[in-house]
Amino acid sequence: MEDSTPLKQKIQHQELGETGRPWEEMVTASQDPEPALSEASELEQGPETGPQPRSSPPGILQSGASTPVDDLVGPGVSSPPSPSQEPSSTPSPLAPAVQDLMAPWQSDKTTSVISEAGTPHFDHLEQSSDNGESTPHQTCQSEGNTFHQSQQTKCHLYGPRDVSYNNSKRKELRFDIFQEEDSNSNYDLDQPESGASEVAPSMLEIAIQNAKAYLLKSSSKSGLNLYDHLSEMLTKVLDKRPENAVDIIENVSQDVKMEHFSIKLDTLQNENEMLPAYEIAEKQKALFLQGNLEGADQEMEDEIAEHSLPNVMESAFYFEQAGVGLGTDETYRIFLALKQLTDTHPIQKCRFWGKILGLEMNYIVAEVEFREGEDEEEVEEEDEPEERDNGDNEANEDELPRSFYKAPQSIPKEESRTGANKYVYFVCNEPGRPWVKLPGVTPAQIVIARKIKKFFTGRLDTPIVSYPPFPGNESNYLRAQIARISAGTQVSPLGFYHFGEEEGEEEEETEGRRDSFEENPDFEGIQVIDLVESLSNWVHHVQHILPQGRCNWFNPIQKSEEEEAAEAEEEEEEEEREEPDYIEQEVGPPLLTPISEDLEIQNIPPWTTRLSSNLIPQYAIAVLRSNLWTGAYAFSNGKKFENFYIGWGHKYSPDSYTPPVPPPVYQEYPSGPEITEMDDPSVEEEQAFRAAQEAAVNSTEENEETEEDEDEEDDYD
Amino acid sequence: MDEESLLLSLELASGSGQGLSPDRRASLLTSLMLVKRDYRFDRVLFWGRILGLVADYYIAQGLSEDQLAPRKTLYSLNCMEWSLLPPATEEMEMQTSVVKGRFMGDPSHAYEHTELQKVNEGEKVFEEEVVVQIKEETRLVSIIDQIDKAVAVIPRGALFKTPFGPIRVNRTFEGLSLSEAKKLSSYFHFREPVELKNKTLLEKADLDPSLDFMDSLEHDIPKGSWSIQMERGNTLVVLRSLLWPGLTFYHAPRTKNYGYIYVGTGEKNIDLPFML
Repeated sequence: MEDSTPLKQKIQHQELGETGRPWEEMVTASQDPEPALSEASELEQGPETGPQPRSSPPGILQSGASTPVDDLVGPGVSSPPSPSQEPSSTPSPLAPAVQDLMAPWQSDKTTSVISEAGTPHFDHLEQSSDNGESTPHQTCQSEGNTFHQSQQTKCHLYGPRDVSYNNSKRKELRFDIFQEEDSNSNYDLDQPESGASEVAPSMLEIAIQNAKAYLLKSSSKSGLNLYDHLSEMLTKVLDKRPENAVDIIENVSQDVKMEHFSIKLDTLQNENEMLPAYEIAEKQKALFLQGNLEGADQEMEDEIAEHSLPNVMESAFYFEQAGVGLGTDETYRIFLALKQLTDTHPIQKCRFWGKILGLEMNYIVAEVEFREGEDEEEVEEEDEPEERDNGDNEANEDELPRSFYKAPQSIPKEESRTGANKYVYFVCNEPGRPWVKLPGVTPAQIVIARKIKKFFTGRLDTPIVSYPPFPGNESNYLRAQIARISAGTQVSPLGFYHFGEEEGEEEEETEGRRDSFEENPDFEGIQVIDLVESLSNWVHHVQHILPQGRCNWFNPIQKSEEEEAAEAEEEEEEEEREEPDYIEQEVGPPLLTPISEDLEIQNIPPWTTRLSSNLIPQYAIAVLRSNLWTGAYAFSNGKKFENFYIGWGHKYSPDSYTPPVPPPVYQEYPSGPEITEMDDPSVEEEQAFRAAQEAAVNSTEENEETEEDEDEEDDYD
Repeated sequence: MDEESLLLSLELASGSGQGLSPDRRASLLTSLMLVKRDYRFDRVLFWGRILGLVADYYIAQGLSEDQLAPRKTLYSLNCMEWSLLPPATEEMEMQTSVVKGRFMGDPSHAYEHTELQKVNEGEKVFEEEVVVQIKEETRLVSIIDQIDKAVAVIPRGALFKTPFGPIRVNRTFEGLSLSEAKKLSSYFHFREPVELKNKTLLEKADLDPSLDFMDSLEHDIPKGSWSIQMERGNTLVVLRSLLWPGLTFYHAPRTKNYGYIYVGTGEKNIDLPFML
């Protein structure tokens, strides 16, 4: 059958009245196993264009293609210059792909031409890559003749398919046409007809041809045609011989279609792809089952659990009204994970703080307050005392120059339960995974966290490489950002919290600010409208963090005075201390200041308020969105409120981030003659010096001589 | 995300935290269907939400048969009444590149930008400060276009190219396999390819021309500007852009569900190199 395929090509080609060249290319190209025949076929028409790589027939095809778009019979547009262009414009074409598209054209042609002539065309060149790929060829669309090409390439696909099915009849016809094709020259439409007319058309045959032609019609959307699809499917079924083939025939059909889009490069199956999914499902199953643990302690647990476990679902419902939230499913899992947290740790109060997104994994953060006296002991990192040069080097020999660089005293971190460390934070990557407690935050970390901007990766032990160098790893950075976000965006309606009733607690000025508040039992709620319209109805209930990094200002001078007193004998401090005697106390807005006092960011108001719904304002809630920390939300329905953060964990700034410049080189050592570099004396200087020395020596010698003389003279007497 | 599967898509994209409130969702479902009918779109995508100071813009895009043809963009302030936006031009992009800061939320708001322009008066050339007004609508168009060109994502195999020219939705796309879903190379930019022609022949030989006709995310600069995560075990892969924070692409492997949504302030994250 392959023998006749080039001839078929030829026929088609001639029917179109094209120049032989493109067809020949195609013929030769698609002819894998029949090089001989390809020669035999009418290559004489244009052998010069012959040496096209086998892979480029489609391109050539396009060139001379005169496939009529609508008119199946007449020669279509055939742009002579295109042949020359086409070859160059076709990068790696896929012959079979193009051939697929040829099929419909083929079918169209058959109907127009004599029916018998049509059938031979079905016998096709054996395509080298007959893997059913009918992916349209990129190049096909390059010119305007896309439709042509597609038509043409389609017909090529017919051959091998039909070969397996309708051999006998075709062979006869082929043979006829083969003889026809011996002569060169362009054939016009009549010739194939004459060849085919040898077989007497009958009504049945015509009907068959028509049906076949219909099946061969290509889909305008995908470029496939039903004929090919059916043949591929049947091939597959016959090859594999599955059980109950009729029941799975739809799946077979779908698989065949999908195969067009996947290249089976290797036959290795990917196993164990679902393992992580099963793992996490197992872990979360544990979450769901935890309620059935000990029944005896249930009561006690319930008591405490009632207070400490927040109603996450309720808050989530309200936040959903605002368009913020993690989806019911995930929220519920987080709820269960929080329950697990409260069950395993002695927790007084717990809150779902929010979610911080990371590069590889995300963090789910829970804000927790431990019960009184049940603080888990943190690993105390001892603040190493300042190692000043205490003059221990006062050795007998050369004194090394002493650096008078005094590292700025590290500001001690705030005690737990106060200031920035008021709450303890637990994080986990996904509900079901264990909760990890974050360490407390130190002022130094906050100060530097303000100067850097880094993405979180999702792993707590990642080092933070930055300038200024961050003292700590990702867990510390995370904690610092959480502290900053809380201080900046945790708000509540005015009056919800109020200060404790005890007065007279004003101690020293430096600790005068009140840092404790309680829920106000007499809170009557504020109208939602008021909450939306005026920002003064909202107050911060987390202490502002001073530039120092703490909430309560720490005066480093006091400390150093004490230390000084202890080491009064040392002289160096007095010389070296350059600090002023008084550092201005850093003041921040006190607790429970309304957020209307917040600073604007370059004309952008720091908060945006909205009603959750304009359509049903009666039940709408007030939603507050921070513009400074994008992702911080707060809602209130008048009585209840909640804060939430979801985002990357960075502050917003309309300007781009500029990393701080390293400071100028610090003058560490006193510059004196002993360490100042001096140039070595030059030769002249040395000589002059030597001369001067000699002169001095001479003069003393003379003096000595005269003295001796005098002595001698005296002695004489 | 396709408006046909809006609810499911919103649920899948909810990992980033920003979604839609129920009343917006309901309004969207209704109005997008009407938009599809009125504008005769083949597919309507809910593109996302740009947060403004006063109001938010809800953006939808309509696609015709050819998936890569220029899309029509519509915006709305209340998810009910949609207005068509003009197509983006280079001029618009140049104009709006000087505007910084948040969106106001009012489409007729004009940003003022003073420029020094050379004015020829007779024979003298001197510089004058000219205040140029840039409308927020222009800025909106330009930003949406930039985001689309930079970070709109589509998985490999979801669209295929026919030899006739147009790009079509692949009805037999059953989702990426799990191993493919974790690689950035299986995701493409949903735009006309820019880097494809720069590939070497060796690379091109491995490509399947009907599927690989768009740029993949693999070679995005800066490297690492995509965060790819598997959520819910292995059943959902989420890509988040770090260059335009707020863009989330989700895909459930082995299923047909995929889509992207942008919910953010509409500002590029220029600090990205510092943050990685």
